[in-house]
Amino acid sequence: MTQRCPPDTGLAAPEIPSRVLAFWTVPRVSRRFFPVWQRNLLVWRRYLLERVLSNIVEPLITLVAFGYGLGAFLPQIDGVQYLPYLAGGTLCVSVMYSAKFESLWGAYSRMEVQHTWAAIMNAPVSIDDILLGELAWAATKSLLTGAVMLLVVWALGVAHTPWALLVLPLSFLAGMSFSAMALIVNARAKGWDTLSTYFTVVVTPMIFLGGVFFPLSRLPSWLQEISIFLPLTALVQLVRPLLLDRVPEAVGFNLALLLFYALACYFVAVGLSRRRLLR
Amino acid sequence: MTGPAAAVVPAPVLSVHELRKLYGAVPAVDGVSFAVRQGECYGLLGPNGAGKTSILRCCLGLTAYQSGRIDLLGQAVPAGARIARQRTGVVPQVDNLDPDFTVEENLVVYGRYFGIDKQTIRARIPELLDFANLSHKIHARIGELSGGMKRRLMLARALVNDPSLVLMDEPTTGLDPQARHLIWERLKQLMARGKTILLTTHFMDEAERLADRIAVIDRGRKIAEGSPRDLIRAHIEPQVVEVFGEGATGWARTRGQSMVSRVEISGETAFCYTVDAEPVLHELALRHGLRYLHRPANLEDLFLKLTGREMRADW
Repeated sequence: MTQRCPPDTGLAAPEIPSRVLAFWTVPRVSRRFFPVWQRNLLVWRRYLLERVLSNIVEPLITLVAFGYGLGAFLPQIDGVQYLPYLAGGTLCVSVMYSAKFESLWGAYSRMEVQHTWAAIMNAPVSIDDILLGELAWAATKSLLTGAVMLLVVWALGVAHTPWALLVLPLSFLAGMSFSAMALIVNARAKGWDTLSTYFTVVVTPMIFLGGVFFPLSRLPSWLQEISIFLPLTALVQLVRPLLLDRVPEAVGFNLALLLFYALACYFVAVGLSRRRLLR
Repeated sequence: MTGPAAAVVPAPVLSVHELRKLYGAVPAVDGVSFAVRQGECYGLLGPNGAGKTSILRCCLGLTAYQSGRIDLLGQAVPAGARIARQRTGVVPQVDNLDPDFTVEENLVVYGRYFGIDKQTIRARIPELLDFANLSHKIHARIGELSGGMKRRLMLARALVNDPSLVLMDEPTTGLDPQARHLIWERLKQLMARGKTILLTTHFMDEAERLADRIAVIDRGRKIAEGSPRDLIRAHIEPQVVEVFGEGATGWARTRGQSMVSRVEISGETAFCYTVDAEPVLHELALRHGLRYLHRPANLEDLFLKLTGREMRADW
């Protein structure tokens, strides 16, 4: 769109046309992402109780119902009871949900309904900063969710070593990946329906392909090939062993995968958001 | 910008030169130039869809443009727009206050986007709210505010960074007359304090009351520029008799035409322009079917003359 410049008007021309806004350059971020994060934190604190309750109740029910209910019929999986096995997976799903909800319905509402982003962009804060603030905030929510879930897991008698605390930084990193993906969808969303469709078509299936309820080895081999490249799979592979007092495998690969999703998707989300909002 | 002249005449706060902005193949802004001087209130007047908001967005560096040049507070835009926005205040057309926050929190949160810390803003809040006439609402949620209060809060919010230039996009659209007058009064206070203001409006009375100079914008072009009074004097006869009712246009085309210097027909109304309205008023007093209104010429008439359309009809 910006490439199509008609001939200049002949006035003292600026070097490279300063009037062009490039959509696909490397994101340029500044410290001003932080007040965006602070803003979201302030809203969250306002509704603290509801948010934390909704974070705990659903995963707790999943854990208890499936763990005890279904687990009673199951032999051991990977050498443990079903409830401890399921604990890691459920924690990861909660971490994912936190970031996804924030960066889908939350971000979309701030962008299109409340026009919060438009207000922020009138200040010296760029769209790149806003998206980084949103990303950091979603990751923070994943971290908080991971922390709350860790308490639940401990209360249920799972995880006995301090290594389990590594779940916290992992939740933050994965939160960035999940958020960055969602921000791409947000940048392209035509309405609320786009968000729901993405949730149904991408997020929910990822739970079944991510090794949350059963080991990946149970999947057909071609599906396993796909599954190992999913961010949720990477997170589960790292978190579950930590909660079972074991050492995770393929740590480097899984960390790199999460980081790659975060950076690559942030880059794409910035480009698409600029195209949507700077027109 | 530089050179010997700069020492004598201060550089304009905002200068827009031959701005052209297309949406697809459609020009939204088609070669507009103007400059806003230090301390003045400059108005962009035009119907909805004329390109006023596009001009503002270009000036703030929030959208690319195809050709031309914009300098805002000494910065080439969009390249230096962020630096320029640090000293600019913006009152947007739509309400984008944070509904989850109180009045006070809205100001604190917004100030942080300019890098102003909480203590500094807190110290300034009483003054800002006093200016916006909202001191009693400091702890109110946004949902509890009326439309006029929200607009005043957005005005206060635009001042958190003590800007050199304030941009206002349709500052009183959608407000009731009382709320409009309150906004106008505040804008005059701002001008008295030496702030430079650029506002867009489709209200003639607003432009006439507030703006030192205006540009009349139509279909992305500037079709006239000057002080409201000068523009009216230069283009329009001083007296207007609006004639409406059964047979008004027919009467104007025949009898009316001969008694005034110019007649414009818009819809069911005939606008008769003249230096001396006495003869036509005398005539109309005898015609019982016709109703009429005698008034001095205003910007609406200017727009009608320049474009052949009534501005009111466009929105």
